[in-house]
Amino acid sequence: MQRTLATPLAFGLAGLLAAGCHSTNGEEPLPVATVPGTTVPANFPSPVYAASTNQPDAATFALGRTLFYDPRLSRDASVSCGSCHQQAGAFAQIDHRLSHGVDDRLGTRNSPALQNLRWKSEFFWDGGPKNLETLPLAPLTNPLEMDETLPNLLAKLNGDPTYRQRFAAIYGPGPITSYQFLRALAQFTAALTSANSRYDKYVRGEAGGALTGPELRGKALLAQKCASCHATDLFTDETYRNNGLDASFQADSGRAHITGRAADLGRFKVPSLRNIARTAPYMHDGRFATLPEVLAHYDHGVLASATLDPALRPAAGPLGIRLTTAEQADLIAFLHTLTDEEFLHDPRLAEQ
Amino acid sequence: MKRFSIPAFASSLALAALFLSGCSKEDEAVPATTGTVALEFDQMVGTAPLVLSTQTYTTTGGDQFRVSTFRQYISNIKLTRADGSQYTQPDSYHLLDAAVPESLEITLTDVPTGDYTGISFTIGVDSARNVSGAQKGALDPSNGMFWTWNSGYIYTKLEGYSPQAPKPAGVAEGGLTFHVGGFKTPSNAIRTVSPAFPSGTKLLVRADHSPEIHLKADILKMFAGTTPVRFSSLSFIMSAGPNAVLVANNYAQGMFTVDHIHAN
Repeated sequence: MQRTLATPLAFGLAGLLAAGCHSTNGEEPLPVATVPGTTVPANFPSPVYAASTNQPDAATFALGRTLFYDPRLSRDASVSCGSCHQQAGAFAQIDHRLSHGVDDRLGTRNSPALQNLRWKSEFFWDGGPKNLETLPLAPLTNPLEMDETLPNLLAKLNGDPTYRQRFAAIYGPGPITSYQFLRALAQFTAALTSANSRYDKYVRGEAGGALTGPELRGKALLAQKCASCHATDLFTDETYRNNGLDASFQADSGRAHITGRAADLGRFKVPSLRNIARTAPYMHDGRFATLPEVLAHYDHGVLASATLDPALRPAAGPLGIRLTTAEQADLIAFLHTLTDEEFLHDPRLAEQ
Repeated sequence: MKRFSIPAFASSLALAALFLSGCSKEDEAVPATTGTVALEFDQMVGTAPLVLSTQTYTTTGGDQFRVSTFRQYISNIKLTRADGSQYTQPDSYHLLDAAVPESLEITLTDVPTGDYTGISFTIGVDSARNVSGAQKGALDPSNGMFWTWNSGYIYTKLEGYSPQAPKPAGVAEGGLTFHVGGFKTPSNAIRTVSPAFPSGTKLLVRADHSPEIHLKADILKMFAGTTPVRFSSLSFIMSAGPNAVLVANNYAQGMFTVDHIHAN
């Protein structure tokens, strides 16, 4: 069961309101089937970036997809958004500890998965970017990633007759602006909704939603031992926490880089567990290659520091979360039920 | 010096009011008549007009410097009447760029007629627009005034050179990079100022008058005030934080003054 992000009536009202404040081309909403991610899954909370913010339509979504996979967005036309965000890896970068930019430069962090971005108010491991639409400006201009300037990028788009035509068909005549570029790209990134794993079908009581005994035991263990951070069916509470990877933070101060607060040293965004079996390697610096390594860390690898999360400081006993071998096996069995093959193979999200 | 002709303006007023009524939170009745008000900003360094790149200036503290880039957001412009009521310019975001002379004049086009006794505006961009997604016009991130890695606008950007700034051996000048922004406590650098009109002066807005407010913006005030800045110890700000707040606190104290008002 799914409810639409907004009723047709709300779309109509939003369109009327928008018409008074912003230019609009007055297009009708297109059939939902043509644009993925336009519905709110029944087991998800309300989105931050609602459909009415940037009303999905097929032409704009397809334009955003073209932009996402176009390496010309980088300085030397070598990498696209899709280079570090690969569909088969839930739009993380498969087998790369650190993101891989122009001139074979390596970034400082593991490319995060791009999924369910409509439900996020802050992005990246440190929460620096605070809006889905302006988020891409960071990787586009980061010298270690795409190393391009926004004016150069717009000049390239405006020099391409096909882009000129596609943007004009949506936004009207005139040069392509940063506003149009960012809004179109956001239609694609907002569409990256993963909500059809076997787990989802189980909780929604849908066909194909059977879980095995070990998977159900893993589900109960996760609720008991992990869900204070990996909360809700988004499997993250969107907070920043120090999970004991390091005892000092010279290499990467994490959230403190954004806030300047000592209390945020070594804290990073709690990542979603969705599609986690496909998003290796793990952690902000990609230090763990496998899920057993991740669970071993929580079981006996947690390091003390001033900002270590309270959830990893039990009242008695060693730091971390004790997990027997059998419990680790059950947890991993459950984590595999979060793999959403429909999302990972949706042809509408693939490079065309 | 673009001016709207009054008849053309008046004829379009009803239509404009219809559109604006959908966006404005004000419930004021549409005024019978409106006029235009021009704001002209003279960017100064002390008493000298700002000349980019070639001119060397001296701070109050005695440091020499040149300015290669100076851009500043002015937003949320309000005019105040004697009874305390206010006119607020809708969608009021303006980027003053020393390299773009036409950016230094702002025209308010739908000001209700009346006698105004004061002006206020924000140096910077309100916190909501710092995180509102893609923007147009003055707030277009193409203007180079947006921090991409930590969402938020740079409110005031001064870049230049100073012999007192840290510099490599054998080089005459070091760089100055003052990017002032930030909207979250305790790094909030948004400042609202109300530079006083000259004593006894009113801004008389009439359908057949287009008065001009001439303001001066004195760059030296960035480096004087509560915490004087010496370039040997502070020459580089590229993020929100205590140093950006320090400079914002300085320039909130008298950077902008109303020099005179032309009644026209």
